[in-house]
Amino acid sequence: MEAEARPKIIGARVQRVEDPRLLAGQGAFIDDLNLPGTLHVAFARSDHAHARIVDIDSADAARMPGVVAVFAAADIEGLMQPIRATSRMADYHATELPVLARDKVRYVGESVVAVVAENRYLAEDAVERIVITYQALGNAIDPVAMAEPGSPLLHEDAGTNVIVSRTFMRGDVDEAMASAPIRVGDTFRMHRKTPTAMENRGYLAAYDQGRRSLTLHSTSQIPGIVRDALVEMLDLPGNRLRVVAPDVGGGFGGKGALYPEEVLVCIVARQLGRPVKWLSDRLEDLMTTNQAFDEIVEAELACDDEGHILGLRAEVIGDVGAYSIYPWTAAIEPVQVVSFMPGPYRVPSYWARARAVATSKTPTGAYRGVGRPISTFVMERLMDMAAAKLSLDPLEMRRRNMVRAEEFPYKSASGIVWDRAGFMECLDGVAAAADYQALRQQQAQARAAGRWVGIGLASYAELTGLGSRIAVAPGMPVNTGTESATIRIDSTGAVTAYFGIASHGQGLETTLAQVIAEELGVRVEDVAVIHGDSAVVAHGTGTFASRSTVLAGGAAIMSARAVREKVLEAASHLLEADVGDIDAANGRVFVKGTDRGLSFRELARGVYSEMGRLPKDVREGIELEATRMYDPYFGTTSPASHLAMVEIDPETYQVTIQRYVVAEDCGRVINPLIADGQVHGGVAQGIGAALMEEVVHDEAGQILTASLMDYVVPTAAEIPSMEVIHLETELPDNIGGFRGMGEGGTIGAPAALANAITDALAPLGININVLPITPERLFRLISKQQE
Amino acid sequence: MIRLTVNGVAYEREVEPRLLLADFLRHDLGLTGTHVGCEQGVCGACTVILNGNSVRSCLCFAVQADGCEIETVEGLGSVDNLNPLQKAFQEHHALQCGFCTPGMLMTGVDLLRKYPLATDAEIREGLSGNLCRCTGYEHVVQAIRSVVAAEAENGG
Repeated sequence: MEAEARPKIIGARVQRVEDPRLLAGQGAFIDDLNLPGTLHVAFARSDHAHARIVDIDSADAARMPGVVAVFAAADIEGLMQPIRATSRMADYHATELPVLARDKVRYVGESVVAVVAENRYLAEDAVERIVITYQALGNAIDPVAMAEPGSPLLHEDAGTNVIVSRTFMRGDVDEAMASAPIRVGDTFRMHRKTPTAMENRGYLAAYDQGRRSLTLHSTSQIPGIVRDALVEMLDLPGNRLRVVAPDVGGGFGGKGALYPEEVLVCIVARQLGRPVKWLSDRLEDLMTTNQAFDEIVEAELACDDEGHILGLRAEVIGDVGAYSIYPWTAAIEPVQVVSFMPGPYRVPSYWARARAVATSKTPTGAYRGVGRPISTFVMERLMDMAAAKLSLDPLEMRRRNMVRAEEFPYKSASGIVWDRAGFMECLDGVAAAADYQALRQQQAQARAAGRWVGIGLASYAELTGLGSRIAVAPGMPVNTGTESATIRIDSTGAVTAYFGIASHGQGLETTLAQVIAEELGVRVEDVAVIHGDSAVVAHGTGTFASRSTVLAGGAAIMSARAVREKVLEAASHLLEADVGDIDAANGRVFVKGTDRGLSFRELARGVYSEMGRLPKDVREGIELEATRMYDPYFGTTSPASHLAMVEIDPETYQVTIQRYVVAEDCGRVINPLIADGQVHGGVAQGIGAALMEEVVHDEAGQILTASLMDYVVPTAAEIPSMEVIHLETELPDNIGGFRGMGEGGTIGAPAALANAITDALAPLGININVLPITPERLFRLISKQQE
Repeated sequence: MIRLTVNGVAYEREVEPRLLLADFLRHDLGLTGTHVGCEQGVCGACTVILNGNSVRSCLCFAVQADGCEIETVEGLGSVDNLNPLQKAFQEHHALQCGFCTPGMLMTGVDLLRKYPLATDAEIREGLSGNLCRCTGYEHVVQAIRSVVAAEAENGG
């Protein structure tokens, strides 16, 4: 078979190898793992948002049936080293990440006492008997008030509640604003949301006393980072501390940080010598899993009278909750808002400041999209506001300002370098696919009939697949810019590939197998992908920040090419032919143009098992295995444009999405099924963020949305059918040509919907500046305007 | 003591009155395909079919299932022999993390048995008690639609 005739595996709609086990109920999620003698943990959690712990009485609990041990902060003090997320960033104040609250609680739901019992039912019974006496310390939940000097300190040792402050500047924005003919601005608010993966967090630790080694099974997106952190905290070497992420039921960033409960089960398992499991219930998930973007943004855009941007100014207050999470710090969300605010546009002058303010709420983390959902919401609203003022079509407004093909690489106003990507192609692509002009005509007819119908566009660009040159969070000491792939052909000819990433729904067992199959010349089903296990790689971090396909995919190509060379060399000896005449495809190596060949199994047998087939020097030189590291250095640019068409029901204020179209550039598509699925799922979460999902606290910091009846996530009935176009723009200097794409949908949807709803309500002159825009908020806005 | 049939197999077990049906299936019978996502009856991950109707096994006590016939995801089709709905889910990429999937499948089975599902809106309405955070539902709807179409072609 000639190379050209080989089946193209990259780009094919390959069915996922993960699916049969998951469809047949044979997945192995954390709660499906059972070890004999496992103890179960339940936590007494703080019911105060901000209070001093005066007394803990757990004597009754300790005497309850089935209770094995009870731990409070004082009981674990000597069993671990404390941890805090450090950063080289100036004006950053790290906070400790307590495993159990010591002296003080800082949010409702914070773990205070851990009860360990024979089963979860008994552990929860005992938690009911624990009496914790608190002295309330006063409300600390309003981020604006907490940013003021003299406000009560959440962390006394930090000396301030503003635990991050960072300013970006380009050119003289004051001058640009002063002389601009067009200025638009507003205060925007995006309310706090939470990732809500369908599987709650859970951890199972087992300590092998004979080998003095600890294994933690964790619903983690970042088993490598967790392993490295636990090594420091528990003083065990990495070869005796293994972190495994089994099948994990979604993460969206919520499982992408080190958690107190995960440290606690390790400490307790080591202390008691028995396996210890903790599983979050949904109440705990909604109270304690790191939450998402809670920000207030004051922003202003200046344009000339043709709509060309002259300057942008933004002041961001990020309510980051009680602690600076490990390893990303509290900077990750608010600082990215200002990093990405200029979007895919030419912005000649820029000033922006982000401040992360600690409040007595659940910590915020790296939720899908990180910073970009809000930066895009704000920038795209400003673009539409300016367009409206100029009576310019929003599509044309974007065309006039978007970075053009000949300008790449383009250094954005915040310093991000956009490499060649289909910015304008996405915008034109979405307009063409949706038939934008026809939609505008439909809208005009609907409006003439008195209906509230609107069209919204949103364009953005993000930096994905970050390499070693750019930290995921500013100043963070953890390198997430490299990934390795080890590919091994064993003595049976089977191919196993080991990665440091941790797939939790992305289908990486399939896409990475596709990449390896194509490069190595085997079939997808011949490749087993092992991931999410710290023991199989020297270094790995995990799956987050739209990185795994870019980094692990790149490493897979390099490694597969190295193994292929060895395969061909071994085959040339076994088949007695010149290396140049040998090819591999479909799990066979063969002499081109002949019927002489070997299966990979026969090849492996010849290399490893059959004595005398290879001369000694060749045998010693051909181990059918390679490890390669890939570092994309800067990373990859991923742009997209979204279009939403909505109608608002004048009686219920329900927003119905009539059309939803996405054009995105993820570079070379490995599997169109999976690429579509990533966009669909991202958009659905963005729709949730735009229209319904909101974590609500009362004035005292009590969480009011502590069940899925109160925290509303979209169902199939609210999510529209979506159309997705992938533009596969070629990438310079990137081995696979893959761009990251896991987060994009969530970034574009809030902005597109805010613009569409504003457009629908244009006759009333309503600007949407708060998300989620629930029916209640719409009702209030519209009623006020109609008065 | 309760007696019940799960996927055609008869069981007899001593259970605590407060044991949830979901925990009974998972922990006592080892049928871990049924997942628990909220214990509040909202997410639908724990959906099983009880006497022919889809129910939340997190909102039932095991004792309430005494004398009942239960179907769980393990009864649909095996890894090597997926049933038509499971196959359709794979072909259409109707699952990502797979955690909600057993509940989606059991709801899907119930919908396919009972309703014509003539429109996608009907499918979406039928699925609205099962939350999924990964797929955006698009491919789930397509998968169920394809089974409806295949059944129609085969004379239903």
